[in-house]
Amino acid sequence: MENEIGGLNPFRKETRTWLEENCPLTMRGQIKDVNDLYWGGRQGAFPSDDHKVWFERMHAKGWIAPHWDKKYGGGGLSDREHKILMEEMARLRCKPPLFSFGLAMLGPALLKFASETQKEHYLNDIVNAKIRWCQGYSEPNAGSDLAGLQMKAEDKGDHYLVNGSKIWTSFGDLADWIFCLVRTNSEGKKQDGISFMLIDMQSEGTATRPIRLISGKSPFTETFFNDVKVPKENLVGELNKGWTIAKYLLTHERQMIGGIGETDEKLNVLEIVNDAIGSVNGKLNDTILRTALARHEMNREIFALTIDRAIDEAKAGNDSGALSSLFKYYGTELNVEAMELIMSASGSDALMMDDSADKHAFLARRFLRSKGNTIEGGTSEVQLNIISKNILGLPIK
Amino acid sequence: MLVINEEQKMLKASVRDFLAIQSPLAALRKLRDEKNSDGIDRQLWGGMCEMGLTGLTISEAFGGLDFGYLGLGLVLEETGRTLTASPLISTVLLSTTAINLAGSAAQKKALLPELARGQLIMALAHEEKAHHDPGHVATKAELRRDGYVLNGHKTFVLDGHIADKFIVVARTAGKVDDAKGIALFLVDATAKGLKVERTQMMDSRNAAKISFENVLVPKDQLMEAGDYDTLVKIFDIGCIGLAAEMLGSAQECFERTLAYLKERRQFGVPIGSFQALQHRAAKMFIDIELCKSVVIKALKAIDDGTPDLSRMASLAKAKLGETIKLVSNEAIQMHGGIGMTDDAEIGFFLKRGRVAQQTLGDYPYHLDRFARLRGF
Repeated sequence: MENEIGGLNPFRKETRTWLEENCPLTMRGQIKDVNDLYWGGRQGAFPSDDHKVWFERMHAKGWIAPHWDKKYGGGGLSDREHKILMEEMARLRCKPPLFSFGLAMLGPALLKFASETQKEHYLNDIVNAKIRWCQGYSEPNAGSDLAGLQMKAEDKGDHYLVNGSKIWTSFGDLADWIFCLVRTNSEGKKQDGISFMLIDMQSEGTATRPIRLISGKSPFTETFFNDVKVPKENLVGELNKGWTIAKYLLTHERQMIGGIGETDEKLNVLEIVNDAIGSVNGKLNDTILRTALARHEMNREIFALTIDRAIDEAKAGNDSGALSSLFKYYGTELNVEAMELIMSASGSDALMMDDSADKHAFLARRFLRSKGNTIEGGTSEVQLNIISKNILGLPIK
Repeated sequence: MLVINEEQKMLKASVRDFLAIQSPLAALRKLRDEKNSDGIDRQLWGGMCEMGLTGLTISEAFGGLDFGYLGLGLVLEETGRTLTASPLISTVLLSTTAINLAGSAAQKKALLPELARGQLIMALAHEEKAHHDPGHVATKAELRRDGYVLNGHKTFVLDGHIADKFIVVARTAGKVDDAKGIALFLVDATAKGLKVERTQMMDSRNAAKISFENVLVPKDQLMEAGDYDTLVKIFDIGCIGLAAEMLGSAQECFERTLAYLKERRQFGVPIGSFQALQHRAAKMFIDIELCKSVVIKALKAIDDGTPDLSRMASLAKAKLGETIKLVSNEAIQMHGGIGMTDDAEIGFFLKRGRVAQQTLGDYPYHLDRFARLRGF
């Protein structure tokens, strides 16, 4: 056991010293927004000199993907060393030296499902920040019913011919390559005709179009594929077995959304409502809003306790699967409720959407954007379906 | 850690096994239908005492098990599942707590060993109107040469009709609603001038209306630390215990409803295959999971002596009150016509739920209190 008084584990000590000496001060603390991260890729520029220094130092150390094998550009750290490094980075509040979908999502899937040649090629490019990846799952007609996707990849002997389109591709316009789900068989069960494919976005026949949301600008794009030729070796895993990879990857997506969600400044609902409404004798000056706010604050506190409990159950070796199934649903419903309370309390002040107007302008956008929370990553209704079927065992009609 | 340890798991399991045999829901129906004069099964209560349930929160020095409130909460959760009618709430959760917190050394020495052995049924007499209100005390205690003289009346005194002894909240000074001047007294059920009227409630349990007409209480029966703040703490602990009981009731009620959704067929399919019912069931599942977290946290807060006990108590009581209401209402609706019949057991959960959520403050009361404690 490590003894914090008698001296640290040598790896921890060494890591701590190295991080303290090498992590630039501006690379520590809260991530301001997505522009405060280095994403890599062909068009990827460093947001600042410190970002460049930080990336290069960590890269030289092998700590871009610390736990990946060295032959894939990783640091070859053991699980224990990796955990220590993460703890020490958290201790100094170090920003990630490279933030990318390749690192967080595609990488883990390739490690598990790709051929040796694919691993060596693609994983090294991810670690070296040469390629920026985006994800192509949803389609205009395949949202909640993801397995109903129609983008087709036909076997033309020496290549696949891809036709169709993807939607809700985050940063599709900035990415170099896309990993997608394509239909390679239209017969039988729809899940059994899906394959996992890697496509160069510079291929002839590809195009992207930004999506403007009700809240204004967004990182989402639509991506179009018109007779795009894709080499046969870009198929990952077995033909028609892509659904398994997709499901595996979705768990990493949820983890990443959890992480990046933190970049949005947390709003203090109580403070905002109090400032807007004012109080008399210590009581919020609107009894109806006060009741709604109390109910919200109670549920938020209990939800936080439930997250604590899930962690404790896992630590105690109890199955906490049933618990984690409710987090997406309840967390997003609470967020939407918080924005409704803020809008209600702020009145016409929160309706101004001119960014230069005043301090309230961002509220309108945050409110409008929050409506997507209960849709993206599986709608609230889909989450309730999952609970009814998988947890409660209610019959399918 | 918001999980229970092995010892606590064993306690919970043994209580569950005991109640499954000794006190299934049918036992409550029997008590009701036989118009049992006690409203409780004394033999069952004897068994619960033998298991040591009366001594869970009493220290070993006084013959208890010193198991803590988390332990008592787990027991209450199980009696919530079977809707067992017993003096567990009046005597163990409320009165024993009051003596632990407010009793003098002599009072503890006299009463705690008896309570631990289960030889004493006690009731806390506080409420004077239809809504819980800790400061609302009109009952007067006037100091005379030979003791205190009590005058006034109480209502909703849980198990008041079978109590051997009462803890009475009365006022030695100040006006109604003043926090100052509140005191707690130990009063024998046989005291002259004390009248007890049994009130049978919706949940087939019993409370009492009590009146005091010049009841003389010896000076040494004034509870040493029985002031307003202590009273609030007794209620906070009571709220958390009731929340634990409601958690058991909500789970059992939900599980029974879920089973019915799978078994009841209409239009040629199980009604549980309809999405209109599935989503409502999923939402109840979520609420119950949230309830488990707040109940265990609040029970631990009692044992750990955390300073924000009042906020935790209101949080737990409000959430559980809201949830038992939702779950028992939905249970009746989802059972359909059969749920309205007295033959079905599901209605008992609605009835107990309503009484439990009203006891020591309903949902609006604790919502308001939570807001006040959070500073809005």
